[in-house]
Amino acid sequence: MEKLFQKISFSSATLVLILLLGIFTTLFISAKPAIAEFGLEFITDKRWNQEVSLPQTKTPAQVATPAQNLEDDDAIADEDDMILDEDDEDDSMTKTVFGGLVPIVGTLLSTLIALVFAMPIAMGIAVFLAEIASKNISKYVGIAIELLAAIPSIIFGMWGLYYFAPIISDTFGGYQVSLLTAGLVLGVMILPFMAAVTRDSMNTTPDVLKESAYALGATKFEVVKDVIFPFSKVGIIGSIILALGRALGETMAVAFLIGAVYSLPETITDPTISIPVAMAVNFGEASGLGESSLFYLGLILFILSFAVISFAKFYFLKRTKV
Amino acid sequence: MRLTLNKIFLAFSVISALIGLGFLAWILVTLFIKGFSSLHLSLFLNDLVDGGLRNLIVGQLVLALLAALIGIPLGMVAGIYIREYGRGKYPELIRDLSDIMVSAPSIVIGAFVYSFAVAPFGGANGFAGVIALSIMMIPIIINTTDSMLSLVPKELREAGMALGASKYRVILDVVIKAAKVGIMTGILLAFARIAGETAPLLFTSETSNYFSLDLTDSFPSLTVSIYNLANEPEKSSRDLAWAASFILTVMVLVINLFGRYLTRNKK
Amino acid sequence: MPVMNIKKFSFTYAGAEIPSLHNISLPIQKNKITALIGPSGCGKSTLLRSMNRIHDLYPGNKYDGKIELLDLETEKFKNILEIKKENEFIELRQKVGMIFQKPTPFPMSIFDNVAYGLKIAGIKNKTELADRVEASLKGSALWKEVHDRLGKSAMGLSGGQQQRLCIARAVAVKPEVLLFDEPTSALDPISTGAIEELIVELKKDVSIAIVTHNMQQASRISDFTAFMYLGDLIEYDKTENIFLNPKEKKTEDYITGRFG
Repeated sequence: MEKLFQKISFSSATLVLILLLGIFTTLFISAKPAIAEFGLEFITDKRWNQEVSLPQTKTPAQVATPAQNLEDDDAIADEDDMILDEDDEDDSMTKTVFGGLVPIVGTLLSTLIALVFAMPIAMGIAVFLAEIASKNISKYVGIAIELLAAIPSIIFGMWGLYYFAPIISDTFGGYQVSLLTAGLVLGVMILPFMAAVTRDSMNTTPDVLKESAYALGATKFEVVKDVIFPFSKVGIIGSIILALGRALGETMAVAFLIGAVYSLPETITDPTISIPVAMAVNFGEASGLGESSLFYLGLILFILSFAVISFAKFYFLKRTKV
Repeated sequence: MRLTLNKIFLAFSVISALIGLGFLAWILVTLFIKGFSSLHLSLFLNDLVDGGLRNLIVGQLVLALLAALIGIPLGMVAGIYIREYGRGKYPELIRDLSDIMVSAPSIVIGAFVYSFAVAPFGGANGFAGVIALSIMMIPIIINTTDSMLSLVPKELREAGMALGASKYRVILDVVIKAAKVGIMTGILLAFARIAGETAPLLFTSETSNYFSLDLTDSFPSLTVSIYNLANEPEKSSRDLAWAASFILTVMVLVINLFGRYLTRNKK
Repeated sequence: MPVMNIKKFSFTYAGAEIPSLHNISLPIQKNKITALIGPSGCGKSTLLRSMNRIHDLYPGNKYDGKIELLDLETEKFKNILEIKKENEFIELRQKVGMIFQKPTPFPMSIFDNVAYGLKIAGIKNKTELADRVEASLKGSALWKEVHDRLGKSAMGLSGGQQQRLCIARAVAVKPEVLLFDEPTSALDPISTGAIEELIVELKKDVSIAIVTHNMQQASRISDFTAFMYLGDLIEYDKTENIFLNPKEKKTEDYITGRFG
């Protein structure tokens, strides 16, 4: 019985390893056709689901998402007479190209905006919870902040689209669905997580260390800046990076807001797309090379977030020996 | 000068906290106003095909409960291995990997499950949704079990062993009991989290307009339907989405708060 | 001449119903060492922590009575329990420094640790900072050991060195009073000896109150001793009187080791 239980528990633990390896291999296998077709250039290619003519590929002409080339400009018509707008094209002459640049850039930029927006506020909240509020207030505000973290991401998406984005676009101009609004809502989402982890790091500063700074006549600001931050720096940086890792993979909140169009944003208020959103929106209708390209994107996202999260864990948040 | 700087800093910090609370209040009030006004008893009696939410609420709960049924025992037993049995580097590795998996993109887990539980069977099915959610749940349960067991004093284990009980009996009868409340809280928080997930279900269970308990076919899901409804142009669909969001949030937050209440009562 | 006068002082912790200190009256003499002794829980640390109001970091505590501090410029006593404003607190804590049970080096270099109090007090001049850091480190008998690694992290020092660093840090801002809260309880006997010597040396410049549970330490270094028990001040006198000729039975029982 003892042996049996031990075996079961060992197998369950090993399941984690198997799952992770499984995710990696499955994504890789499913992405393989796209990897074989586009190689690493996939990452720098901004065309998605685009037919290009095979024989005379000069430099790929200006990107044209289906929506854009409806009207069609003369330039493209002149240069590539072979390409017709949609179908009826002779198969041997064209192929469909998928590139990941737009969703990759969209993912990175929306995460960056979220981080820039959330970081100062999260630090402020953490300081408030750890150093300013009385025990009771800190407890209730802390619970409220953690409840914010518990709200399902799809709710953030809906609220963001119908209530938050209009205010942002009125203030900063541009579209309601844009990189900016998606990034900001993403920021609101990671805010509570970042604040809670930062507070926990700050709470590891021994009281007596803070007291001795106060005993020298330091103000609260100076104690936070000179004692608490340096002391818990490592944990704070770790929690920021961890929040970044989570933001990279967030799907639903961003799906409502980023616009889901495959074009590189020229300004921060332009719509674009991120990797998780590309997967969420296009997976259903994709097949063949398109589906494989989505898996390729998924693989990139998985590796990226795995790298970011483990970097945060191993370099900054090493568990103190228990 | 120093004092002014200090004041600015304190004000900034308090304002940050107010901003955080403001967002929470804003979202909750929005949900309440939009959701509550669309809320109707008929929503709980009809299925989506007749303009209600009954099948979706039941479906979401069935998916989450079945996922918990798989995820909780597996996660707990794995957590027990890491804390009580593992020797050397291996349990450390598993602990780190499960830490990382907690933060892994949920959409990728959906894609992973799709490729072995949807694609080969020709279409979305409830089983795939359950598997995806349980994969999300396992690492969370592992982490809670692991850290809650670490709080149990080792004397308790020794006392149990000293009575001549075998190790697994001591763990199941004594150690787990001592950590019971903390683990319960962790389980409820994990359950609340997966019950509100959308991304892993998008292409595994998908959703359905009809009442169904048949896990071999596409399965009704509240969250996925919210996503679909919210993107439809008719106002009636969006109102339904708000009502559904309200119900979902209340469900998730109540479970979450109940979980926290358990540990608070203890001490 | 006293530099501090504690008068009919009572203290109640936040949320507690019964005061932890009752009606304590006690002077802290200028350029002397006053030891506070008594069994654990007698309130000696609570009293010490009232003297620079470090208690106020945690809200809700209640003070009664007076604690007066001599203003060296005006030569008048001021009741520190009336302090409410942030800048007055800062001023108080610059005048009344504190050393804690465990060494508390800040997460910065040795130099920056000692310079910290000076910097926040507004001294920016590099040479002045360097001079005063050097003087404080010499005054704390640490200069020889650390002068060639001032830029290194203070965390690398031994426990005894860290404690002397904390003393140097407190001394650097030239306080009038220094409060020591069992400063050697975490140290080995050799480091303890060095700290004791240092404390005696310091009384030239500063008045000292020290909480200790080590009676030999109190008798070795202090000029005056206050014996406290269960929140009351039982007896206060010159140290030799307390140890050789106590008036109270309680005091005698304690110093002869009958309880405590």
